[in-house]
Amino acid sequence: MIAYLLRRLGQSALVLFTMAVLVFLAVFALGSPVDMLASPDADQAERDALAARFGLDQPLPVQFAAFLGNALQGDLGASFVYGKSALAVIGERLPATIELALLALTFSVMIGVPLGVIAGLRPKSIAGRAIMSTSIFGFSLPNFWIGMMLILLFSVYLGWLPAGGRGPTTEVLGMQLSITSLEGWRHLILPALTLALYKSSLVVRLCEAGTREIVTQEYIRFARAKGLSSFRIIWLHLLKNMMIPVITILGMEFGAMIAFTVVIETVFAYPGMGKLLIESINRLDRPVVVAYLMVTTVIFVLINFIVDLLYVALDPRVRLGGPNE
Amino acid sequence: MGETITTRPLPAPSVAKGERLLLRQLRDLVSSPEAVIGLVILLTLSFAAIFAPLIAPQNPYDLMQLDIMDNMLPPGSTLGGGLTAWLGTDDQGRDMLSAIMYGMRVSLGVGIASVVIASLIGALIGVLSAYIGGRFDALVMRIVDLQLSFPSILIALVLLTLFGRGLDKVVLSLVFVQWAYYARTVRGSALVEKNKDYIAAARCLEIPQWRVLVRHMLPNCIPPLIVVSTVQVAHAITLESTLSFLGVGVPVTQPSLGMLIATGYDFLLSGKYWMSTYPGIALVLIVVAINLVGDRLRAVLNPRFTQ
Amino acid sequence: MMAVTNSVVAPALSVENLSVTFQTRKGPVTAVNDVSFHVNPGEVLGVVGESGSGKSVTGLATMGLIDAPGRVSAGRVVLEGRNIAGVSDRDMRGLRGNRIAMIFQDPISTLNPVLRIDTQIMEAITAHERISASAARARAIDALRAVGIPSPESRLEAYPHQFSGGMRQRVAIAIALLHRPAVLIADEPTTALDVTIQVQILGEVQKLAAESGTALVWITHDLSVVAGLADRIAVMYAGRIVESGTVAEVLTAPRHHYTAGLIASVPSRNRRGQPLAQIPGSTPNLANMPSGCAFHPRCSVSSEICSTTLPPLLHDPSGRFMRCHHPRQGA
Ligand SMILES: Nc1ncnc2c1ncn2[C@@H]1O[C@H](COP(=O)(O)OP(=O)(O)OP(=O)(O)O)[C@@H](O)[C@H]1O
Ligand code: SF4
Ligand SMILES: [Mg+2]
Repeated sequence: MIAYLLRRLGQSALVLFTMAVLVFLAVFALGSPVDMLASPDADQAERDALAARFGLDQPLPVQFAAFLGNALQGDLGASFVYGKSALAVIGERLPATIELALLALTFSVMIGVPLGVIAGLRPKSIAGRAIMSTSIFGFSLPNFWIGMMLILLFSVYLGWLPAGGRGPTTEVLGMQLSITSLEGWRHLILPALTLALYKSSLVVRLCEAGTREIVTQEYIRFARAKGLSSFRIIWLHLLKNMMIPVITILGMEFGAMIAFTVVIETVFAYPGMGKLLIESINRLDRPVVVAYLMVTTVIFVLINFIVDLLYVALDPRVRLGGPNE
Repeated sequence: MGETITTRPLPAPSVAKGERLLLRQLRDLVSSPEAVIGLVILLTLSFAAIFAPLIAPQNPYDLMQLDIMDNMLPPGSTLGGGLTAWLGTDDQGRDMLSAIMYGMRVSLGVGIASVVIASLIGALIGVLSAYIGGRFDALVMRIVDLQLSFPSILIALVLLTLFGRGLDKVVLSLVFVQWAYYARTVRGSALVEKNKDYIAAARCLEIPQWRVLVRHMLPNCIPPLIVVSTVQVAHAITLESTLSFLGVGVPVTQPSLGMLIATGYDFLLSGKYWMSTYPGIALVLIVVAINLVGDRLRAVLNPRFTQ
Repeated sequence: MMAVTNSVVAPALSVENLSVTFQTRKGPVTAVNDVSFHVNPGEVLGVVGESGSGKSVTGLATMGLIDAPGRVSAGRVVLEGRNIAGVSDRDMRGLRGNRIAMIFQDPISTLNPVLRIDTQIMEAITAHERISASAARARAIDALRAVGIPSPESRLEAYPHQFSGGMRQRVAIAIALLHRPAVLIADEPTTALDVTIQVQILGEVQKLAAESGTALVWITHDLSVVAGLADRIAVMYAGRIVESGTVAEVLTAPRHHYTAGLIASVPSRNRRGQPLAQIPGSTPNLANMPSGCAFHPRCSVSSEICSTTLPPLLHDPSGRFMRCHHPRQGA
């Protein structure tokens, strides 16, 4: 068990390192930032001085070592636009994105699990077939367009919800959160639903397949033979077995969800780190782009790690090992 | 009992049988109303896209045909030149219907091109990986896993930031994010084939390796490849439109559906819905139609799902 | 028809003319066809037949556990004097696990892998009784002890995978007998186990059932199990009961030719050295059932009438039943 966790930790470090190399090379390929920093009429001597100051005159491996050393100390350079540490700029936007993604995750479970179970229990029924066909739409509809249509309906025509932005925030555990107020929810609901659309379809499909498989299992038949209510059979016997793969896959997909906030935040003008990424790309604010990539990689790695732990916690067969007679 | 020595390769699945199977599969395919609807939509839209220069009311790229006075007219308006814009006009005075038909050309073209290239590259790598095995296989699969563990939208976004805008660059980055799926799919089926007798027998006979690959392993990897590719075209189109919406995709001069929607986004709050809604509907129709067909294809080509 | 003959006690369970039909792609197939049997309190009925003969479906139908695409298309299931075929799901739930219980073939998959043993036992208690958690726990411990699980207190918190197959089947038996049901249907519960464990479990179930007066319907394809365990026997072939009677009568003097074939194919000590007689041919496909007597393509004495007319249920004075046009005469 410990050995397994250590190995996972080693793999995570390897992924982070690989990512650091890739990001570094990508940035290097973009060309020297001296062109951007030096004034247009700077002469070669001034440019060389600038390059020397940023260590850009050093050979590539040396530069990489410096980059890695700084990154390990939490220094990914200063934003050209905001004039402060790029990591700090990301840090300010991170809570908004995490809040959005977590809410969307919750929605996709709340929508996806019940619908998937219904479809799985009654695959031939009209409801079951309708759920499964609709889930194809959820899979394939372009997210950003759905978001726009929701804005059109709920903000432009009905005027019920704001078209974008983030509601007022309060500090909870050192993070600025907006789910604490009704106004915050009014701003969150559309982007979160849009973001949840794809994942709910995924959950529907997973749960449908899971339910159809689990109901044929002997232990479900035995539970019925014991005289248990359908309610208990579904809520305990079925769901507990199904949640293991669902949580594993959702956990892995949470990373993709965070990446997709780039799109959703742009549509809803939601000030999270996804929107920041697009702005920074457009403004050539390279340190922020680098910081974003490194931060999301760390988040992905963390998520994978947590999912592994959850999986172990959920499945007694993994947690406790084989027969001990 | 001693070991039997095979002196002749066992016959690979015969062609005639394959043809009959294909016919049956075609029949299975059209026996599903969803798939038929999908197929009809897909053919209609493809037709409109391919023949856009002949049937579109206007050439939206020809600035001579545009009149800025016609800009942002609601659906059904009559333009200065007497043309009726059934789907309205955009901010440059372009007829939306024509813009959408031309936009579908770009979207479908980018989607199909990227899938064809990516599947060829991916299939080749996958078959080689399965055939060579050992360290090479392990390395390839490591790369595939690493890449698939990152969301494709993010990878494509970074790549396009590096490459800059342009149709070719969009295709290139779409190829880059997709090849790994094909490599994995094809490797999976190739591994199954590799262990079958006729491949082993062909190897014993010292038939050149490339012939074993081309004649025996590749054909059997094609059905799963078709299923993945079909659905992947829809993914590629959606991804391209998303990238174009984010402003890193196709150039302004060759707007795809995503680009048209992005333009419409700027006028969304002022209620000019047609500029984003109609290109979006075209996009949705294409993507959903492909998925309907793909879903059915999966069932038809994979005997495990039908039984 | 009533299957009760000269018994004085009312049967715990009597199944009358039960049919189960599955809707398949190739049209409806009848997996269980006009099946009747009964079992008295404390009695053991062995149901024997080849794989696919409809034994499990009969058991499930008796429990009211047939799901779509299947349905009970005819017949009555009388449990303690009350017809329970077609009663509401709610009423049926009150009876299942309470008055009629069932255990299944595969002990590995019969318990839910992600729930603790105590959860799975205690929920079966509280499904039918209002009882405090601590009392339910005490009952669970007693039940485990009764089926021979050592130090049950400490095993309650374990998960199924921490038990061996034999132990899991014991837990299932403990659960099935919690409420001293009138009937226990055991669907090949020992087939998947080692022979020594099989013997132990057989003995224990028999003892426990006898103690609580539970009637036992023991489904198996293994004639030797029935020989040692059952009082009476019903032989199934292709969805029908083709012969029934006391174990001694049926096994020593089979009247139906299928039964005779089955007996001849069992390895036995006194016929050692002789080749085993296999019944030629194979079990018919339900979708393509032979006309008349379903056994006629495999029967050595079949005649014209066998392939055209379904043999009627014959009934001899000793209380034996058989479906055969040309029954074998006593040995
Ligand atoms: N859901 C179903 N759909 C269609 N046919 C079914 C279904 N369930 C059972 N059957 C059919 O009913 C017949 C009897 O099955 P059953 O499981 O009762 O056999 P069995 O006598 O218990 O055999 P075994 O010894 O293998 O357990 C089989 O031929 C089977 O094909
Ligand atoms: S009815 Fe005919 S075919 Fe069937 S068992 Fe009797 S003799 Fe054989
Ligand atoms: Mg059975």
